[in-house]
Amino acid sequence: MAFLEGNALFRNLYCLLAGNSGNAQHCGRDGLLPAGWEWLAFALVGFAITFLLLSAFLLLTMFYTYLERRLLGRFQGRIGPNRAGPFGLLQPVADAIKLLTKESIVPQGADWLLYNLAPLMMVVVMFMVLAVIPFGKHTFIADLNVGVLFIIAVTSVNALAVFMAGIASGNRYALFGGMRAVAQLISYEVPMVLSIVGVLLLAGSLSLVEIVEAQVIPFFLLQPLGLFIFVVSASAEMNRPPFDQLEAESEIVAGYHTEYGGMKFGLFYLAEYAAVLTTSGVIATLFLDGWEGPLLPSHVWFLMKVFFLAFIFIWVRATLPRVRIDQTMAFAWKFLLPLGIINVFMTAAELLLFGHEEAGGQGIVLSTADLWLMSVVNFAVAVVGIGAFSRLVSLRTPALPVSAPKPSAAEVV
Amino acid sequence: MFDDYFRQYALIAIFAGGAVLIPLSMLLISWVASVVRIRPHKPNPVKYELYECGVQPIGPTRWMQFNFRYYMYALLFVVFDVETVFLYPWAIRFQHLGLFAFVEMLIFVLILLIGLAYAWRKRALEWE
Repeated sequence: MAFLEGNALFRNLYCLLAGNSGNAQHCGRDGLLPAGWEWLAFALVGFAITFLLLSAFLLLTMFYTYLERRLLGRFQGRIGPNRAGPFGLLQPVADAIKLLTKESIVPQGADWLLYNLAPLMMVVVMFMVLAVIPFGKHTFIADLNVGVLFIIAVTSVNALAVFMAGIASGNRYALFGGMRAVAQLISYEVPMVLSIVGVLLLAGSLSLVEIVEAQVIPFFLLQPLGLFIFVVSASAEMNRPPFDQLEAESEIVAGYHTEYGGMKFGLFYLAEYAAVLTTSGVIATLFLDGWEGPLLPSHVWFLMKVFFLAFIFIWVRATLPRVRIDQTMAFAWKFLLPLGIINVFMTAAELLLFGHEEAGGQGIVLSTADLWLMSVVNFAVAVVGIGAFSRLVSLRTPALPVSAPKPSAAEVV
Repeated sequence: MFDDYFRQYALIAIFAGGAVLIPLSMLLISWVASVVRIRPHKPNPVKYELYECGVQPIGPTRWMQFNFRYYMYALLFVVFDVETVFLYPWAIRFQHLGLFAFVEMLIFVLILLIGLAYAWRKRALEWE
């Protein structure tokens, strides 16, 4: 099995069970299971690494919810959760117990199947992204040769789950929230998908492992505009502030999960926070050189990058106020989409200009000096492009049709 | 036995099974808690009413009229998502294809950009 070579997590467990039988050249020792049972070893190891990874990820997500609440508290000049356990560290556990023991209320007129399926689907989508992310050197579930496409395909199901929740509740606010959600999610999907094309042009592969290995210098230096577009549209895809329009409390109560309570709400909550970590993982892999880094083990580097990005998402949430729905949509179509297309063709043109073709079917090759030159040019274009487009696309509030009468001098006093 | 290529997808399938099982087990634990009376279950007609800020909902609540502008965004989305579908294989192979592919894709995207400019001009991108 060739892919055993790359997947250390899988290989070690598989060799323990199946051992030499069938693939003597890889393990070099006898396994626990007799010969002919390789399929059982395969399935068992698959389940083992699945649950190992998902449990670790759930723990990280719980820690992240604590981190976010704690940091938001700090940002807003208060303390944050500090009662349950030391420094409030057991707060997520307390939340989980509370949500598990809440009464389950399905409103009358709700579509029972869709109502229960929607939160489930949202969490499954967020988990599925993990299947192709490399967490460290030789550590991943599967290294698909269409990894990026897999991530995009899986995350686009998110819009469906949100809309299912909105329509199954049978509530007007939920329906409006679902409608807005679908409009926003599909609008931001286009720039998000476009911003990855720049990375693909440089890496020449859809496999996430190969993309990391292709990063001679990290791609955030070569693709500053792509990174900016990806971060902005990903935070809109996750319904994070400042784009949390679909759950704007002042307008549509809680959006699509107005009618949800108990553990079903808990699953939405889990999916929302899990999304931040998975998206940070994808950004770290595509733009920040994945697991690579000096001195420390590769897994530690990956986790550090993920939590650095997660911190930036918390920071943005604490800093920026919510934007209006018309501004949100205009931003996607008038600002991010043209910039994304500029980024794609700029990268392609630079590959043609700076690269040189070598004999041997390697295609266009860039030396490290060329890459640094490209980085400087791209940063210049990013600054100019963002500045020019923000002037061109005015997102100012339109003047009110009827202006209030000016108060006279006497009234002002 | 499977090919190596399909083994990857077998692993993904196993992972999908695990990913479904974990949230499902959370819902099941919650259900079991209600069976052993840890979770309360006190039905009351008021509890099962739709939430509408304290007033009784009037008229149909599920299939309501919705604004046309959502449809415009859906149309635009289809156009530009299909565009990116064509951009992906082009981007993967670009290092081998060279200048010809660059010009060709530029023409293709320009045609679509004219469409975007038209939609912009016709105020289809405005949220009014």
